[in-house]
Amino acid sequence: MTTTETVIRYLFLAAAACFVIGLHLMNSPKTARRGNLLSAAAMAVGIGATAVLLIAEGAITTTGWLVLLAGAAVGSAAGLYLARSVEMTAMPQLVSLFNAVGGGAAALLAVEHLLQAETVHVRETIPGGLDILIGAVTFSGSVVAAGKLQGLIPGRPIVFLGARALNVVLGLVFVGSTAWLVLDEGNLVAMLLLLVAATVFGVTMVLPIGGADMPVVISLLNAFTGTAVAMAGFVLGEVVLIVAGALVGASGAILTKLMADAMNRSITNIILGGFGTGDEAA
Amino acid sequence: MELDLLTAVTVFVLGVLVGFEVISKVPATLHTPLMSGANSIHGIVVIGAMLITATADGFLGYLLAFLAVAFGFANVVGGYVVTDRMLHMFKARPAAKEGSAS
Repeated sequence: MTTTETVIRYLFLAAAACFVIGLHLMNSPKTARRGNLLSAAAMAVGIGATAVLLIAEGAITTTGWLVLLAGAAVGSAAGLYLARSVEMTAMPQLVSLFNAVGGGAAALLAVEHLLQAETVHVRETIPGGLDILIGAVTFSGSVVAAGKLQGLIPGRPIVFLGARALNVVLGLVFVGSTAWLVLDEGNLVAMLLLLVAATVFGVTMVLPIGGADMPVVISLLNAFTGTAVAMAGFVLGEVVLIVAGALVGASGAILTKLMADAMNRSITNIILGGFGTGDEAA
Repeated sequence: MELDLLTAVTVFVLGVLVGFEVISKVPATLHTPLMSGANSIHGIVVIGAMLITATADGFLGYLLAFLAVAFGFANVVGGYVVTDRMLHMFKARPAAKEGSAS
C-alpha cells in the first residue's frame, strides 16, 4: 500500500467513526442537526478522498472520468433540486426516492464489478447476488412506497389473484439465478434475471400494504439498502462500505421496530399481513 | 483492494452490533429525520460507484457506472439536504421540541 492509499484508508476510518457519532447525536432533538452536519462532513471527506485515490492510482481512463463527473453532476443537481424544492409534507416520499436510488446504485455497481472483473471468486459472487437482490427489491419497493404516499398509486392495499404464487416463483428465480451466478462466475444473463425478478418482487411486496403503514415500510427498505451497501462492500473489498452499510442496516431495523411500536403495529403484521390477506380477498 | 474474508466479516458483525446500540430511546418526532439521516449515510455507496468507474469498459460498463454514480450522488446530496431541512423545522418551533424531548 502506498503512503497516499494508507492516508486515505485512515480518512475512511475517520468518516466511518463520524457516521456512528453523527447517528448517535440524532437521537436527541438538541443535537440532531449537529449530528447530521457531522455525518455530511464525513461523507464529503470520504468522497474527496476517493477522488484523490482515483487520481493517485491513475487507473481510470479519460472516458471513465467523464462518466464519473457527468454522473456526479447529474445526480447532485437532481438531488439538490428535489431536496430544496419539495414541500414539507412531501418529504417522506422524497426520502423514499433517495432510498430507492441508493439501493439501485448498490445493485448496479455489483453488476458492473462482476461483469468487468477478470477473475471472480465465490466470495464476490455470493454477496454480489445478495447485493443485486436486496438492492433491486429496495429500488422498486421504495418507488412504489413513494408513489403511494404521493397519491400516484392508490394508497389502499392492492391485492391481485395469484400474488402468493407469483412470489413463490420469484423466490425460486432468486435461488436459481444466484446459484447460476456463483457457478458460472459473473454470468450477465443470471445477473439480469436476478435483477428483473427482484425488481418485480419489490413491487409485489409493497403493493398489498396500505398507505398508512408506508413510513414503517420505507424505514424497513432503508435498512435493506444499508444491508445491500454492506454487501457491495464485500464485493468491492471496501471496509468503509461494509461498516456504514452494516450500521444503517442494523440501526434501520431498530428504528423500524420503534416506528411500528409507536403505531401499535408489529412489523410482521404490516409486511406479511398484506400477503396473508392477498389470497383471501381475491 | 484485497481484503480477506475473515476481516470483512468481523467488520460487518461489529458494524451491525454498533448499529443496534447507537439507536436508543428516540422521541417519535425524530423518527422520520433519523430515518432520513440513516438514508443519507448509506449514500456511502457513492464511493463504491466512483471506484467502479476505474474498471468500467465498453458501453454497458460505462452506462452502469454512470447510473450508479448519478444514483449515489442523488442519494447523498439530496439525503443530507432534506434531513437538514427537516431538522430546521425543530429549531423553528422550540416549544414543540421541548415537549417531545421529555
